[in-house]
Amino acid sequence: MKNIKVLGSGCKNCETTANLIKIAADQAGVEIELEKITDIAEIMSYGVLSTPGVVIDGQLVHAGGLPGPDMVRQWVTG
Amino acid sequence: MFDAFSSILVYQWLGLDSSSHIGAALHFFVMDIAKIFTLLVIVIYIMGLFRALLSPERVREYIRNRPEWQARGMAVSLGAITPFCSCSSVPLFIGFVEAGIPLGITFSFLIASPMINEVAVVILIGILGWELATLYVIAGLTVAWIGGLAMQKLKPERWVEDYVWKIQVGSTALLEHDKSLKGRHNYAISEVKEIIRRIWKWVVLGIGVGALFHGFVPENWVSENLAGGNWYDVPTAVLLGIPLYSNATGVIPVAEAMLGKGVAVGTTIALMMSVAALSLPELLILRKVIKWQALAQFAGILAIAFILVGWIFNLVSGSF
Repeated sequence: MKNIKVLGSGCKNCETTANLIKIAADQAGVEIELEKITDIAEIMSYGVLSTPGVVIDGQLVHAGGLPGPDMVRQWVTG
Repeated sequence: MFDAFSSILVYQWLGLDSSSHIGAALHFFVMDIAKIFTLLVIVIYIMGLFRALLSPERVREYIRNRPEWQARGMAVSLGAITPFCSCSSVPLFIGFVEAGIPLGITFSFLIASPMINEVAVVILIGILGWELATLYVIAGLTVAWIGGLAMQKLKPERWVEDYVWKIQVGSTALLEHDKSLKGRHNYAISEVKEIIRRIWKWVVLGIGVGALFHGFVPENWVSENLAGGNWYDVPTAVLLGIPLYSNATGVIPVAEAMLGKGVAVGTTIALMMSVAALSLPELLILRKVIKWQALAQFAGILAIAFILVGWIFNLVSGSF
């Protein structure tokens, strides 16, 4: 099972990103483990300066702004 | 073109009288909505195609370990063209501190970024003309430069929250991007959607306020309260701008309406800067990394800088 972390201090874009991932996973019928990381020290440990950031299985795949729908689909299925 | 389109829609189809308040306001509203959104789509798409993919992560790498004047110049100019959401100011602040970038330079970046961006500049050119757009950009860059320098003199290091110094930043993430033409096109399209989705409310609100101002606020009220040629016009405009929160794009239609009512250029620019760069929500976010004392200094320096900018422009344009 994929572990997907959304990095962000709780702003609106971060919430939206987490929701997009959840919806995409539901649609694709893929089970994922979705975590929201709000602790600033932990966010910074991934070297991200612009939130929301997305980490899949420990690998940073996105930083800053909302991800596009194609991108999100690829994360949950790819 | 937009004027004609709006005239047909409002005066012919809806049958409103062009001399009525509501007719004038609606005409202004329709014309500006059409004009601004057309410009927005074009500009964001073109920037999306050609932007050398600037991110705060990259800016940090450019600035670190440079002599101060170079670092500040880059912070100010890159701040003007690097998009970042205000909710990122905390990680950005910590990341810059951790990279050993002086706080004064980080402040320069934080001032320049919300105040100037390419979208606002193009709309400024489209609506208020390139002369005013140039003045706005030069004034904005200068304020960012001097504002950061002034913060540095006040030694803000002592007001930084302790935990900030202890955070370890992981190796900076520089994501690879698709550089093919198709990849860039897709990126540009997604940028257009994303940015329009994010700012359309502000723009419509700004245009709406501008239109109300245009149609309903009597010229007497404006000339007595903001366009009286009094020294306190500019400070009043700056104070008005602090609780008003919009981005640099949303405030432009309001500025257009103000200028149309005879408000002086400097007063208008001071209000625009105050609305864009000096906002309570932004300051509250920064409270997570610095204490009240430094925030108060930051707000004070910016307010003084905007007032000076306003006075100088009014003096130069002879309406003071």
